[in-house]
Amino acid sequence: MSQDGKRTGAEILWDVLHREGVDIVFGYPGGAIMPAYDAMLASKVKHVLVRHEQGAAHMADGYARASGRVGVCVATSGPGATNLVTGIATAMLDSIPMVCVTGQVASQFIGSDAFQETDITGVTLPITKHNYLVTRVEDIAPMLRQAFYVARSGRPGPVLVDITKDAQQASAPFVWDDSPVRLPGYRPEHGIRPEDVKTAAEMIDAAERPILFCGHGIIASGASQLLREFVEKTGIPVASTLLGLGGFPATHPLNLGMMGMHGEAWVNQAIQEADLIIALGMRFDDRVTGKLATYAKHAKKIHCELDPAEINKNVRVDLPIVGDVAETLGALLPAVARRDRRLWVQAITGMKGDSAVRDIQTMPHSGRLFAAHVMHDLWRITEGKALVVTDVGQHQMWEAQYYKHDFPRKLITSGGLGTMGFALPAAIGAKFACPQEEVWVIVGDGGFQMTAAELSTCAQEGLKVNVAVINNGYLGMVRQWQQFFYGGRYAATPLRSPDFVKLAEAHGLLGLRVTEREQIADAVAKARAYKETVVIDFRVEQEDSVYPMVAAGADLHDMIRRPSPIVETAADE
Amino acid sequence: MSKATLRTFIAYVEDLPGVLNRVTSLFRRRNYNIVSLTVGRTERPGVSRMTVVLEADEDNARRIEANLYKLVNVLFVEDTTTTATMVRELALVKVRADPSNRGEVMRLCDVFRARVVDVGPEALVAEITGAGDKIDGLVDVLRPFGILEMVRTGAVAMVRSSEVTESGIPRSSTPPSATTPPTSPTTPPGVIKAA
Repeated sequence: MSQDGKRTGAEILWDVLHREGVDIVFGYPGGAIMPAYDAMLASKVKHVLVRHEQGAAHMADGYARASGRVGVCVATSGPGATNLVTGIATAMLDSIPMVCVTGQVASQFIGSDAFQETDITGVTLPITKHNYLVTRVEDIAPMLRQAFYVARSGRPGPVLVDITKDAQQASAPFVWDDSPVRLPGYRPEHGIRPEDVKTAAEMIDAAERPILFCGHGIIASGASQLLREFVEKTGIPVASTLLGLGGFPATHPLNLGMMGMHGEAWVNQAIQEADLIIALGMRFDDRVTGKLATYAKHAKKIHCELDPAEINKNVRVDLPIVGDVAETLGALLPAVARRDRRLWVQAITGMKGDSAVRDIQTMPHSGRLFAAHVMHDLWRITEGKALVVTDVGQHQMWEAQYYKHDFPRKLITSGGLGTMGFALPAAIGAKFACPQEEVWVIVGDGGFQMTAAELSTCAQEGLKVNVAVINNGYLGMVRQWQQFFYGGRYAATPLRSPDFVKLAEAHGLLGLRVTEREQIADAVAKARAYKETVVIDFRVEQEDSVYPMVAAGADLHDMIRRPSPIVETAADE
Repeated sequence: MSKATLRTFIAYVEDLPGVLNRVTSLFRRRNYNIVSLTVGRTERPGVSRMTVVLEADEDNARRIEANLYKLVNVLFVEDTTTTATMVRELALVKVRADPSNRGEVMRLCDVFRARVVDVGPEALVAEITGAGDKIDGLVDVLRPFGILEMVRTGAVAMVRSSEVTESGIPRSSTPPSATTPPTSPTTPPGVIKAA
């Protein structure tokens, strides 16, 4: 602090971050953010130098998903800021609380196409919950406080704060104001209405074939325990969205599994036959519903959701309850009757049919390594307790199907945006948030190469994550669609990759290769015992597909099933 | 799903740089086509008022309202479609009129209560205020003479006096949407400290 009691904007920035509870930021320096980086040296906040700003955004995102706290990333103006964009959009679609601080050219140069000038508040306007352009040192503290408040309250989301270089350099008196943030137009909380709770309870008590949907909101609002109590009282089975996995224990007898495009066939079948859907903290994404015209036609729908803009967006519902899901469940729990719904659950079990014999796990051992084997064995070896971060594609779906998550915040994945390259940096953020957790990255050979440079960040930080590359030599999910829907014409999906073992070694890290199922346990054990980051190159079956599958826009119950040798010889093929 | 009709929304927003952009970006992003949008100051410093006309069915109207409320700078939103509301638009129409037919043009303007605000040897300019269909009517009858230029402001709307308090903020704490429990606008949009 200078003698006149004034502080520079850069100093104020770090002070506010610290006071907002930030212990770590992920970033990359550059011209317009240099005053902030200089002041950082005197700050208690730890900084992790990334290799690309996209990595910084995903790390902040992974940190937020693992911890429930606000993740923070820092970048310079222009290309630094635009490199954050994919990460911001990822956080936006999955409602992740994040604050992105960017440097901006000095205020007198704004609009002049100055060196490294980009209108980043304009660019990120549709992919942030809110954003700020700060041109005056006096505004840095109040706007940052607003940014944290907006990011974490209500339906969370990313907020960008763009601070001009002159505002970072200028000085102003700084008095920490910890009074509640007041934003006259911002109303994040919605109180639930008692009459809605009463109506919902009546609908639930009257339902013979109800299903609960566990969405991301269950995890975000910390409602897992409440959901479990609710399920055990009402006997209603639970289906999960991708981002809801872990919100309800996968090994619970009333857990059905994942719904939607790559959900289990019986889960989708049960949804189509249900007479009541109680959707908790989810938004009826197109990957969940399939064709809307035929979606859950027999079911009345109760939609418990914090964001009123999600009501009746994709699916028309009979009863919306707008409010925090934990609060809603807390009110519903005493209002519903204890019931046994064994017959309905048995009926769903009956829908499983030949699913088990089609499962890759139960097929005769052929000596070949399937990705499903890797997921399943990893689940067994880690006793289902690892924090798994997946990328996007086939391996993501296999992970969702075969790694049984019993706890919330143990699966981190890019759901809404489907961002390849997400996994490794998000896992780095998650590991910093939860250093005691065993972190596994599950990533395809395509996605891994998008952000593999962050291995270098792991090495520099001495950070331990385990990277399982599911290497099939293709951009697998696109290849699968080409096989199913484009006549098997593999346009730009065959992929030649570097030697991932050598790549790990080039970073001073351990690389291992697995080509047969028998080698999985040994490699996983080696990786777990190694103190630094390990990359395992799993050379899996090249042209395997994710089954079952609802084709985009098809009826939810119309699923492409895994060809089964048993079924192929039967009359119904 | 109900039928899409023309709907008029009034939105009070903070008078800050970029707020108009946030609102129009929302409509663009959510794929709603704006028929007209006007914005201007209100009786309260720091608060601007927008009148937005667009086509939407009932569900979409509720979602537009909810999405507008998600913008941090939006203070209050009212869908006035079913409220007793005055809607006005202003147009200036430059129409070809020489001494031989000027009298006829001016008589037609009279019928529509349009004022002739400028006259030249070959043309005159009529100013008309009213609802959109009234302006359309004048334009239709003037068209045969030859319309040289026209400018229209787009609609502004105000709920009738019986429905509002002196502050211009609706008296009732109408919930933001029928499906949304009230987070009633207890904070009047007057008390804003521009950030």
